Amino acid sequence: MSEKKQVTRRTVLMAIGFAFNAVVGAAIAIPVIGYVLSPIKKKSAYLKWISLGALDQFPEGQTRLATFVNPFEQPQDGETAKTPCWVRHVSGDTFQVFAINCAHLGCPVRWFPQSELFMCPCHGGVYYADGERASGPPERGLFTYNYKIVKGELHINAGQMPTLADQAMLGKGKSPCLG
Amino acid sequence: MPRLKRLYNWFEMRLQLEGPVKEAVLHPVPKKTASWFYVFGSAATTLLALQIITGIFLALIYVPSGSDAWRSLDQLNHQLYLGWFLRAMHGWGSNFMVAVVLVHMVQVFTFGAYKFPRELTWILGVFMLLMTLGMAFTGQVLRFDQDAYWGLGIGASIMSRVPLIGGPLVDLLLGGPIIAGATLSRFFALHVFVIPGILLLFTATHIWMVVKLGVNEWPMPGRIVRRSTYLQEYHELTKKDGLPFLPDALWKDLFFSAAILAAVAVCAVVFGPFGPGGQPDPTIIQTNPRPDFFFLWIFSILSYLPPSLETPFVLIVPIIGICILLALPLVAGEGEKSWHRRPVAILVLVTVAVSFGVFTHLGTRTPWSPHMDAWSSNPVPPRLIHDASPLVRQGAVVFQAKQCRNCHSIGGTGGERGPALDDVATRMTEDQLIRQVLQGGGNMPAYGKNLSPPEVTALVRFLETLKPAGQQPAVDASQQEQKALASQPQP
Repeated sequence: MSEKKQVTRRTVLMAIGFAFNAVVGAAIAIPVIGYVLSPIKKKSAYLKWISLGALDQFPEGQTRLATFVNPFEQPQDGETAKTPCWVRHVSGDTFQVFAINCAHLGCPVRWFPQSELFMCPCHGGVYYADGERASGPPERGLFTYNYKIVKGELHINAGQMPTLADQAMLGKGKSPCLG
Repeated sequence: MPRLKRLYNWFEMRLQLEGPVKEAVLHPVPKKTASWFYVFGSAATTLLALQIITGIFLALIYVPSGSDAWRSLDQLNHQLYLGWFLRAMHGWGSNFMVAVVLVHMVQVFTFGAYKFPRELTWILGVFMLLMTLGMAFTGQVLRFDQDAYWGLGIGASIMSRVPLIGGPLVDLLLGGPIIAGATLSRFFALHVFVIPGILLLFTATHIWMVVKLGVNEWPMPGRIVRRSTYLQEYHELTKKDGLPFLPDALWKDLFFSAAILAAVAVCAVVFGPFGPGGQPDPTIIQTNPRPDFFFLWIFSILSYLPPSLETPFVLIVPIIGICILLALPLVAGEGEKSWHRRPVAILVLVTVAVSFGVFTHLGTRTPWSPHMDAWSSNPVPPRLIHDASPLVRQGAVVFQAKQCRNCHSIGGTGGERGPALDDVATRMTEDQLIRQVLQGGGNMPAYGKNLSPPEVTALVRFLETLKPAGQQPAVDASQQEQKALASQPQP
């Protein structure tokens, strides 16, 4: 057992030195994890009511493209802060506001008023006028924003890119159509 | 001359590099490995160096800001002397690097070079491949155009499918609630600091192991790798039948590296830089997002998966694939190296290569995507309606106006999402056509709510004319039987 290391004053001091570094390092690094994770927020923190403009831009029975500036815009965002969405004026005070993003992989869907279909250019997802899945790879209908009418203007609760991760918030209303 | 020698000695006395460098470059390698098959690793290293140098030059001008990135690329392309050339070299260099790394990997696999004692060299190589692909993807994001923007959307949508932590992962990926300035900044940090830093460290370790463990000998059928005897055998081989790495093997590496660099430069000059495409304005929805060449195969696979399989597939299969690659040298660390004695390995390799090729080819054609403007830009061939009745012509109008053409081709033009309709009348009867139009099915939307009865009638009349000359239309056998029965005289 002569190879066994002897505990000397120096080895103890070295061990303490390592431990000291570990403590200081952890004390500095652990709060910084919070910095790295700071983009993660509750869904409600990424949603704000925002106006799409006067109701008369959206004639009854039609589906029109509307754009808004993201409520959490930063100066360096440039034009990426602009967000499009599809507004369907069903009748009276009933609207449907669809996210532009296909429920498959987020590409921008286009509205075809003649056939009353939304088509996606990426993988061919197709949706009916009411946002229900019609065909293609999406596993559910289009995402919808909650809306309300304030003083003759259409307001939607928006701010976050809709994805399959937050179905609970965005899937309100229609159940996903698993065709 | 003596002055130079003295200068050399002054540095050498302080650096003491001569010993290790001589050992590294003069170590004997098996004679047969001084071959043109062994040049891909060094070529990949050369391309990595090219990427770093051109990347630094581009970083002098590029602005990693959501509002300015696109304009700074435009400036590089059009306003700065040779800015376009550096962008083109960096873009083509990236394509060549992915290709050369893949070829290198195929060569190493085919020659059994991942076996004992080079397991860790292979495992590190797998991570280096992943980082090379990571560089390609993050680089595509830095090109901050419409493809980059919607490519990020695809990335976020895949992330969001992770159970439980999908939402936080998307937030982390995007650096905020949407694809915007913060997203670009973090991809810049990944592309310029994080991934290259690790990649350089891994490359140095990878090359260190190649030098220390020696270049893999040329595989001979029947020469079996055993952990107990291999090192001894390899040592004898290099002693008995070896050549010093410098210059006997190195000159081929140098020639090939120079040829690859020249090829990158020729591509850069002839084809120019990649993009940037349209400005990253999300409100321009008239866009057709496509990933770069090396991700087209993923794009293809994503379009063919049935909805219920997609999430498990995209989340689990890549992990399984990576695990198989990592486990390969640990599981198959001994045995035959020669491809003559490894039929399963070669079959797997060929299958993967052919699948990769097929899916990439499909990704360049995207037959699954509707042709968004086919309905208004591809006219119905005149011969089809030249002698047609007014009702049939009206049907042709309905066919175009309702965007059927976006998914169905006639006369070779139109979408390919649905079947071509040139001979639909030989396949479907009137009843079947009506049912298909109204109810959809088989991946076609139902048009029942959107078409009036007269429109349906006209459309189906038109579809019934679509058959090659001289061919019989489809008939419903049971209906004919009914008719025959009805026409028979009652007993």
